[in-house]
Amino acid sequence: MAGTLNFAPDDRYNAFITTCREAPFGDGALAGVAVAVKDNISTAGIQTTCGSRILEGYIPPYDAHVVELLRGAGAAIVGKTNMDEFGMGSTTETSAFGPTRNPVDRERVPGGSSGGSAAAVAAGLVPMALGTDTGGSIRCPAAFCGIVGLKPTYGRVSRYGLIAYATSLEQIGPMARTVEDVSRLMSVIARYDPRDSTMLDRPYDHQPSADITGLRVGVPEEYFGEGVDERVARTVRDAIGVLEDLGASPVQVSIPGMRYALAAYYVISTGEASSNLARFDGVRYGPAVDTRKTWHEAYRELRHANLGAEVRRRIMLGTFALSAGYAGRYYTKAQVARGNIRQDFERAFRDVDVIAGPTMPTVAFRFGEKNDPLSLYLADILTAPANLAGIPAISVPCGRVEGLPVGLQVMGRRFEDERVIDAAYAYEQEVRA
Amino acid sequence: MKTIIGLEVHVQLSTATKLFCGCSTDYQDDGPNTHCCPVCLGLPGALPRLNKKAVEYGLRVAKALDMTVLEESEFARKNYFYPDLAKGYQITQHDRPLAVEGTLEIEDDEGHEKVVRITRVHLEEDPGRLVHVTGGANYSLVDYNRSGIPLLEIVTEPDLRSPQEARRFLNKLRTVLEYLGVFDGDREGGLRVDANISLEGSERVEVKNISSYKGVEKALTFEVTRQKNLLRRGLAVTRETRHFMEGRGITTSARGKEEEHDYRYFPDPDLRPLRVAGWVAGIDLPELPTARKNRFMEQYGLSLDHARTLTGDPRLADFYEEVAPIDPGLAATWVADILLGELNYRDMGITAVPPERIAELLALLRAGTITDKAGVQVLREMLDACAAGRPCERPAMIVEREGLIRAAGDEFTSLVQAVIAANPQAVEDYLSGKEGALNFLVGQVMKETRGRADPREVRRIVSQSIKMGEV
Repeated sequence: MAGTLNFAPDDRYNAFITTCREAPFGDGALAGVAVAVKDNISTAGIQTTCGSRILEGYIPPYDAHVVELLRGAGAAIVGKTNMDEFGMGSTTETSAFGPTRNPVDRERVPGGSSGGSAAAVAAGLVPMALGTDTGGSIRCPAAFCGIVGLKPTYGRVSRYGLIAYATSLEQIGPMARTVEDVSRLMSVIARYDPRDSTMLDRPYDHQPSADITGLRVGVPEEYFGEGVDERVARTVRDAIGVLEDLGASPVQVSIPGMRYALAAYYVISTGEASSNLARFDGVRYGPAVDTRKTWHEAYRELRHANLGAEVRRRIMLGTFALSAGYAGRYYTKAQVARGNIRQDFERAFRDVDVIAGPTMPTVAFRFGEKNDPLSLYLADILTAPANLAGIPAISVPCGRVEGLPVGLQVMGRRFEDERVIDAAYAYEQEVRA
Repeated sequence: MKTIIGLEVHVQLSTATKLFCGCSTDYQDDGPNTHCCPVCLGLPGALPRLNKKAVEYGLRVAKALDMTVLEESEFARKNYFYPDLAKGYQITQHDRPLAVEGTLEIEDDEGHEKVVRITRVHLEEDPGRLVHVTGGANYSLVDYNRSGIPLLEIVTEPDLRSPQEARRFLNKLRTVLEYLGVFDGDREGGLRVDANISLEGSERVEVKNISSYKGVEKALTFEVTRQKNLLRRGLAVTRETRHFMEGRGITTSARGKEEEHDYRYFPDPDLRPLRVAGWVAGIDLPELPTARKNRFMEQYGLSLDHARTLTGDPRLADFYEEVAPIDPGLAATWVADILLGELNYRDMGITAVPPERIAELLALLRAGTITDKAGVQVLREMLDACAAGRPCERPAMIVEREGLIRAAGDEFTSLVQAVIAANPQAVEDYLSGKEGALNFLVGQVMKETRGRADPREVRRIVSQSIKMGEV
């Protein structure tokens, strides 16, 4: 039965940029369920900022495909969640609307860039939320906040209405406290949309199954190597042991292309971002450009004043990577590295059904703990490969280190989102029981 | 000194909708920003979806120009900032265009057949348009109705040798595109040309954004003169981009080589690679201008000039073929030499004229019911009616109402006798060898008949009568 949901949360973690106090809902699979939507997903009539000043006051005239589907399933869209500006970060600290705090420990970051969605779910403000994942932006905050998050196969969920950061890498995905709810939300949003040309007609209709007897689980040495916290590694190995107890068989695998994953990821993502973010010029939406100046002078001033330092840094990096005389050395090479990583995964998936490892090399950092960009970029090392390969990857809580959540990451073959869901579900059901 | 010219021609494909969204391309009669959606406005999150029809149109052109369609082509982003560019980049094709290596036959300056090599054709979207506000406003407006309009860029090798040849190339290209049904030459802004021109051994100059056929010839003629003058004065031609000022017929320097943009092209990750080479076999091409011209000469016995004129526009050729059965030669003369002139004078298109009326007129002429002069009068009355939106009267009705039936028999003889009798001086002058006097007498008869008599016949009879009278 259709109605209105009153939503007045105590947003003490600054999870939301915008809340909808009276959220209409309808009939369907998610009738009356409060769903939070990351603020880079277009919502008709609701401000959508990408965590940036440059889109402050922008109210989209249309719904993203996933939002149409949510509304069609009866969900109540209760607000837009905080995020690193344009998704560029893994702490939610680069938001123009202030950082989000981690509900597990207020002194720590929630992860990012979908930190607002993760915190809203972890704090119990909503049962489920949409995030987006370009290099780990769903899985990282899910791991840091102790919830479940799925980055679907590239091409499984329509990007129509998702404000692009890095087109070829990103997907919208579900976040919730349980694998079952992640699966429920996935069933709603994974529907074919001809407006996204990179999509395939592979709808998700799946009930999670905890039977993983005979599942071959690849364990890549690179996911337990240098830079990965010993205690996190041990916790994840224990979790893989649980899968083994449930009938799965671990197999040692290798992804040698990982060595170049981060470099490839940052060249491709910043290159695409430098083009994707060019449209924010103050001519059609957002804070208006000063028409008394020459247009290029006015553009420069507007973009400098309204885009944050990290966004400007990545635009400049990407512009450089695509420049004449440099594209061959950077962009083209990054595509080669990407191809190698994709092949490494394909090769590994001939011998195994899923690949498991830690989601993040560490637990959630303290605010200000990582203040140089490079050490933050390094934190994406275990998540970005799945984006480069376009494969599905889920993060499910698998224990704690010093009281802080650790995420088990399970990756699968392209369009086998169902299998990673099942593996995560089997683990979750076992440790919960 | 050899002139070397290569062209980049942008033509608007006549699809019903834009290249990457469902917005209608038929915006001419509507207000600014009325044919827009999230996609062509470049709203955050909107994604392009390729128009299949535009691809088919592009392939038709590729096939007609005998090109190789790439097994896999791709769209790329051309990145630059400008207020009319909604996304901050234009979706175009760069490294891998739709098709490469074709030819188009034209006539060179001596009238010989000549093959112009086509380098490539590719699809791209048009940006919007800036509208400059008059009256000292400190802002400009942007109209995005054009944003996303499908363009086909056709690039030639530097095979053209004169501005006149360049213009002939464009005319021929336009004719081919119109035959293919992919281009509407009457549409405003439907064709834009960038021309590269150099004198052999000197630097090349690019003249940007010429928007008419005449403009291309004018701009290039100006450039040839300008560059020759520089060289004559011992100065070098600078490699640069120049703008054509249509109104003044001159080009002005826009930017030098060192100021060239770096467009940072890269494959557009929003669109999949295009694999359409397999579609080409299924494309049925219509009879193209050259084939039709040759057929007209063979089938209807037309002169090269008539055949070329009549096949220069597919609608004109269709029209001719509808009226040709009456008498192919007579029809060619009347359509190519008389009707076209009358239409141009009235700024009318061939489609405004019902062919069956012209067929009826030709039948009257062929039967000798009316003279050529009366025929022209009838034609003008019909066209004036069409132009004014009135129903086009049947030629026979006009002839009857206006009394235009050819003067013949007794009426004719008595008129001639009367004129001879009334002008004894002219008769005498003629007999004394002044040919001009005969013209005067013929004119008098024609005046009396108000064009209903055939002047050649009048001339013969008057001359005969005078000579007989003298004997």
